[in-house]
Amino acid sequence: MDKEIAISVKELTKKFGDFTAVDRINLQVKKGEIFGFLGANGAGKTTAMRMLCGLSYPTSGSGTVAGYDIFRQAEEIKRHIGYMSQKFSLYEQLTVWENLNLFATIYGMPAKKIKEKAGEAFRTLGMEDMRNVLVREIPLGWKQKLAFTAATLHSPDIVFLDEPTGGVDPATRRRFWEMIYRASSEGMTVFVTTHYLDEAEYCSRVSIMADGRIKALDSPAALKRLYRAATMDEVFRTVAKGATRE
Amino acid sequence: MNAIEIRNVTKRYGKLVALDRVTFSVEEGTVFGLIGPDGAGKTTLHQILTTLLAPDEGTAAVAGLDVARDFRKLRTQIGYMPERFSLYPDLTVSENLHFFASLFGVDVKDNFDLIAPIFSQLSRFPDRMAGALSGGMKQKLALSCALIHRPKVLFLDEPTTGVDAVSRSEFWDMLPALKERGITILVSTSYMDEAERCERIALINKGKILDADTPERLVEGLGGNLYSASCGDMYPLLEALRRYPGVNDCYTFGAALHLVADEGFNPDEAARKLEQSGLAEVRIRPAKGNIEDLFIKLAKNDG
Repeated sequence: MDKEIAISVKELTKKFGDFTAVDRINLQVKKGEIFGFLGANGAGKTTAMRMLCGLSYPTSGSGTVAGYDIFRQAEEIKRHIGYMSQKFSLYEQLTVWENLNLFATIYGMPAKKIKEKAGEAFRTLGMEDMRNVLVREIPLGWKQKLAFTAATLHSPDIVFLDEPTGGVDPATRRRFWEMIYRASSEGMTVFVTTHYLDEAEYCSRVSIMADGRIKALDSPAALKRLYRAATMDEVFRTVAKGATRE
Repeated sequence: MNAIEIRNVTKRYGKLVALDRVTFSVEEGTVFGLIGPDGAGKTTLHQILTTLLAPDEGTAAVAGLDVARDFRKLRTQIGYMPERFSLYPDLTVSENLHFFASLFGVDVKDNFDLIAPIFSQLSRFPDRMAGALSGGMKQKLALSCALIHRPKVLFLDEPTTGVDAVSRSEFWDMLPALKERGITILVSTSYMDEAERCERIALINKGKILDADTPERLVEGLGGNLYSASCGDMYPLLEALRRYPGVNDCYTFGAALHLVADEGFNPDEAARKLEQSGLAEVRIRPAKGNIEDLFIKLAKNDG
């Protein structure tokens, strides 16, 4: 398999009864790329992402994530990825350190390595004096940085971010994207969904889903040229407007 | 007359100050936006104005009625759509609507004209359980239920959170018709771009109102020292500009960067110097800011 490809799927399909949630999607994500996975509500993004994370088997199609087969090696996939969502990422009643330790242990990191990496992360983030504070007591901006760190402490090949910046203030949202840039510049592949279309501009490439299908896929600059649009917001509206299901 | 009058409202949860001497008013018949991130105090303020929470200090009146003293009467005059799904999932579309009408002692047909444009989009499935509706349809039903007693003031708490850009825009398209019917609307959102859909807005952060006015006038207050910058490789440019003398702030802004600079900043000279340091095709031009720029500026000054 190609060493430069982080995710590759062909004709990936998921049906629930006679409803086709994801309909023959094809995509390849290169290593180190920031890939924006956009789509209207109900387009099938979450279902597709669950398949890529090894949480749900496709009805048909084929693909690999981090070099592992999505049908036969789902457990291997889970070990080589990180996952973070805005809705749930941390245990509020555990401390900062306990959260990091818990997630890293689940991802199979040895205790010594966790200590070393967590120490490093606390220093980089300037969170050293917060390590024993309960997560429910730290501000949202810190929670986000911590959630990202918890999802990436084990240095996964790919990190999946499901609407990581929903509801966050504009300055914090931007600082979060700088963490994404840094991770990507260190070689991590980032697969991210968002409803903020200015964030789509920061991606290397984006795809836009509607009605279970990928309707557009390219770099933001190329998509803007193709749709003669000034912003990704316009591109999204043009592509998603034709969608028939909610 | 003002439909909403808030004076020095403070609300604490233990040590946390959720609202800190909040003061503003909303003129009758306007669409007023309360714009701020999660945790800013938007929901607490909604709950105080809808008489579900009492303020620790200060006073608030809605439709001329005091939220503490006249709460019983006030409740019949307002409609409230909370952020979380407010319908009964195991009742049908039609049952939900009739239930809310009977709570307020009105008949569905009394005010049906008001909700007809919204509710008609649901009329294909009157017998579907509300829990089985799509997100967009639930939202339309919840709005219909919040309006069925023809309230004077409508409170919408983050109606578009987690909703995609196309559906968000469709939701905002429904509001002007309600305003035309004389309903005052207070709507909160964490999407800064929605500020432009409001006649007046208040920016709120950490329990404090940062500023309140029309979106246009607020943006004018940004002043003339905002620039847009771009080059082939954006992240190194961001880091270089943050170190550049006279640049007070620099942040990503869609496909470009925005930077806030001192009076004496010379954009052409800066571009030239950055190119000499190895960056390719640096362009820096004066930019017109928007509410997001303003929020970043005000939140920063506020610490």
